[in-house]
Amino acid sequence: MELFVAITIGWLMTCAVWLLLSRSLFRVLAGLALIAQVANIIVFSSAGLGDGGHAVIPGKENRLAEGHPDPLAQALVLTAIVISFGTLAFSLVLLKRNRLSSVDDTTQALAQTEDVHR
Amino acid sequence: MLPLLLLTALLATALLAPTVLRCLGGPGRVILASVPPALFLYAAAASQGIWKGEQQYWSLPWHENLGINLDFALTPWGTLLCLLVLGVGTLVTIYGLAYLKGDPRENRFFFAFFLFMMAMVGLSLSDNLVILFLFWELTSVASYLLIGHYHEKLESRKSALDAMLVTVGGGLALLAGILLLGFVGGSYQISELVEQADTIRSHSLYPAIFWCVVAGALTKSAQFPFHFWLPGAMAAPAPVSAYLHSATMVKAGVFLLGLTHPILGETPLWHNTLSIIGAITMTWGALVAMVQRDLKRLLAFTTVSALGTLVMLLGLEHELALKGAVIFFISHAFYKGALFMVAGALEKGTGTRDVSVLSGLFKSYPLLGIAAALAALSMSGVPPFAGFVAKELLYQVKMETQAFGWFILSCGFVAGVANLVVAFNVGILPFAKKKEGAETSIEPNYKPTRFSFWIGPMVLAVGSLLVGAFPGFFLSDIVNRSVSQIANQDFYSKLKLWHGFNAVLVLSLVTLAVGVVIYRLRDRLWSFGEGLKNQFGWTAVGNFRRIWEGILSFCLWTTRLLQSGSLTQYVVVFMIVAIGLLTAAWRVSGYDLSIPGPIELRWDVASVLVLMTLAGWFLIRSKRMLTAILSLGGVGMGIAALFALYGAPDLMLTQMLVETLTLMLFALAICGLPKIQPPQLTLWGRSLRALVALGSGVAITLLTLKALDVQVAAPVSQEMAARSVPEAFGRNVVNVILVDFRALDTLGEVAVLFIAAAGVGAMARFRSAAERPQRSVVLVSAVRYVPLLVFVFAIFLLLRGHNEPGGGFIGGLVAAMSAILVHLATGDGRIRLLRMTPGAWMTMGLLVAVWSGVYGLLESESFMHAWWGSEFTLPAVGKVIIGTVLFFDLGVFAVVLGVVMKLYEVLASWAHPEEVGELRG
Repeated sequence: MELFVAITIGWLMTCAVWLLLSRSLFRVLAGLALIAQVANIIVFSSAGLGDGGHAVIPGKENRLAEGHPDPLAQALVLTAIVISFGTLAFSLVLLKRNRLSSVDDTTQALAQTEDVHR
Repeated sequence: MLPLLLLTALLATALLAPTVLRCLGGPGRVILASVPPALFLYAAAASQGIWKGEQQYWSLPWHENLGINLDFALTPWGTLLCLLVLGVGTLVTIYGLAYLKGDPRENRFFFAFFLFMMAMVGLSLSDNLVILFLFWELTSVASYLLIGHYHEKLESRKSALDAMLVTVGGGLALLAGILLLGFVGGSYQISELVEQADTIRSHSLYPAIFWCVVAGALTKSAQFPFHFWLPGAMAAPAPVSAYLHSATMVKAGVFLLGLTHPILGETPLWHNTLSIIGAITMTWGALVAMVQRDLKRLLAFTTVSALGTLVMLLGLEHELALKGAVIFFISHAFYKGALFMVAGALEKGTGTRDVSVLSGLFKSYPLLGIAAALAALSMSGVPPFAGFVAKELLYQVKMETQAFGWFILSCGFVAGVANLVVAFNVGILPFAKKKEGAETSIEPNYKPTRFSFWIGPMVLAVGSLLVGAFPGFFLSDIVNRSVSQIANQDFYSKLKLWHGFNAVLVLSLVTLAVGVVIYRLRDRLWSFGEGLKNQFGWTAVGNFRRIWEGILSFCLWTTRLLQSGSLTQYVVVFMIVAIGLLTAAWRVSGYDLSIPGPIELRWDVASVLVLMTLAGWFLIRSKRMLTAILSLGGVGMGIAALFALYGAPDLMLTQMLVETLTLMLFALAICGLPKIQPPQLTLWGRSLRALVALGSGVAITLLTLKALDVQVAAPVSQEMAARSVPEAFGRNVVNVILVDFRALDTLGEVAVLFIAAAGVGAMARFRSAAERPQRSVVLVSAVRYVPLLVFVFAIFLLLRGHNEPGGGFIGGLVAAMSAILVHLATGDGRIRLLRMTPGAWMTMGLLVAVWSGVYGLLESESFMHAWWGSEFTLPAVGKVIIGTVLFFDLGVFAVVLGVVMKLYEVLASWAHPEEVGELRG
């Protein structure tokens, strides 16, 4: 099953990069959101998907059941989900703020707001 | 402790010098002038034992675990340099105070001047290479400030920068060499490294160490082809030229070579490199000096030549070479310091430095003339001066040396003749009468016949005479001890002025004769030099500046190329580089793609994957924003399902909550945005886009498969899972990791969230939204009780999180939803929960989280160390243990709650088109 998960991840990555390369800032943001999801699921699956079971120790036991998934990867992904939500919301506010101050919201217009050419 | 005392005194003088000069005036000058002689006498008295064979060491611990301590040592070679620095410093200070009188930037000058003196003393006495490097760089910085003293002149600034770039560039190489030495020898302490010398010399890194250290030494000591910065440094006031750029700083490179000779020397690489570079520098400097007419440039090139001689001597494989080097090291400081001071005094008096113009000045400056003549005779190696003793030894070494014998000897002969010519040009020519009535006129309002102007040169010149006449009395111990240290073996040899009539003396006489003949032809030489200069457009300094300009424009070009400001271009470049690196890593590791195991198809998982694939397709094809948002949500929910299917209930909960909130925020954000514009790309652009996207996808797939395939060590999570129940009293291992084992990470992540929300707040400059006209009656009455229930549920999730799926993150997200629900229904301008603003929740949460860590710091001196208290059972929740971990989770809960509320608040306030228009206006 890992093979199919990996292929799906690849497909989603393709979609994310395709969106990142568009002119519309909105689609760039959508790409950003998607790439964050892809990253989370890569971390999750790279620790191995396990043979079933949860990362919770059953009552009256002192250890996880056999074939449990990796709890550390889950902890990493949990905070990553919340953080990527935070950054996405931040970018959304940026997008909105940009819209409020200028009419054009394409990536080309953004490039011209800051003149690095001396 | 002698070194620390000297350093402190000089640093204090440097810091106080501007104030002393400004407030005290004349008496202040006397105070400043008395500091170096006092220190010189003290150091000379304290170091008496050194010349009898004692060695003294001091060490103050600094970074002991890195092996970097304030180690100082009184060794013969270091003490010699230290005494030269303080002794010549005494005379130059007196001279400089007179020279710069009336200069508005005098205060600044003496700050840098004494700072330099301190750095030089520190350099000469340090026994730790890292400390030595610090002082080394400090001398470069001080030199930069002093060369750029007349900073209104373009040439001054350029020269200062040249000197800085060359010496600091070399300094970086030296640092690399020092670090390598420390790596190979196991210490930075010079006295310890000397014992490791054989190991270091036979180590495979030896050539690298050698080249790095030598690069530092050769740039500092202005060796060919880095010599050009030294003549340029003559833009500085004359005291600086006399002090830094002839007697002391430029000797630092030679000093370093002497210091590292016991560690790195005595190898073919050392002998060949140093003797050849030294010989070239010696000859080239002397030849160029011959055709110069500017007094200071001329002296600068002879300094280059002298430094070349010193480097060559340190490199030659001859028993007397080191002895010659030490004697020449001393005698050069004497006569060159004197001549530079004379040159400065003449420039002050006549307003010119052109030797072909200056004439008949002896009448005006008799004492200066005597000093100049004595110094010049010493420089040309006439007996009975120190220069003669040195030159005799030089010729003897050159004649007897084995490798490159004829090359070295002919170089030495040419340099000797040129030096003689130059010495006469400087010391005799300006004072001699050229023609009747051709005396250079003296500016009437400026007559530098004052004591301060001639005392320095006179003392040095007479010193040169005395030392030369009685070398055994003055120099024997100093030279023998220093040579013993450099050679790292006992050395004793008597110093004599007169060696009898031998081949060396004949060579000296021939040199003298040829020199005098060429001196008579000096006018032709000068015009020859002018012609050469006009014929060849390039000089070393010109080339260096061209290279430097080239580097700068290359940097500008790459910046323009890479930092174009186009997001699309950044993504393309980034992805292509990432794919390239992955491919390269792939090839190197030789990984063959193995598809893991027999494929058993799980239909539940497969259907989720198909759903996600379709959602992705819809996302990229969507023309309307709402479609895009929903497709994105579809992908997210698919991922949540995957988490559920693969045993991660916490992740599933978090993902679903976050997806819901993301959907909501996106929906708020797209109000008032224009439609997605259809892409207007060429076929080529579309293909590139597709290619990069597909490439990234394939790379990520392969990377994921590889990650699944590789297991280099047992996962740390096994240990964490084993310790979870007995030590952290929690059954939900994910939560235990988050709030206990890796709590510091979580604290950082929570802080990131806090900062993101604070940034959003700053961008929004929140203004209360107008009361919304339409309210849903049903919603308003429903939400009166529902949010309370939701909030209680959130607390429930928080409390049970340690043993069951739940916890601070999930609880916080749910609680935020209750606040949002109220806001959606009532449409009040501001969002509140339990009468608290988002900012209040965030701040309180962060404080609680940090405080829960501080408790551990107080109790067990370890931040975030857990403390456990009493245990009780709640209905429905189960067992809860009061402890810092619970408080930490509570902090996380509050931060997440506050952050989400804040983000929602800002986006909601912008969601209405009428307000958007208002804000834009």
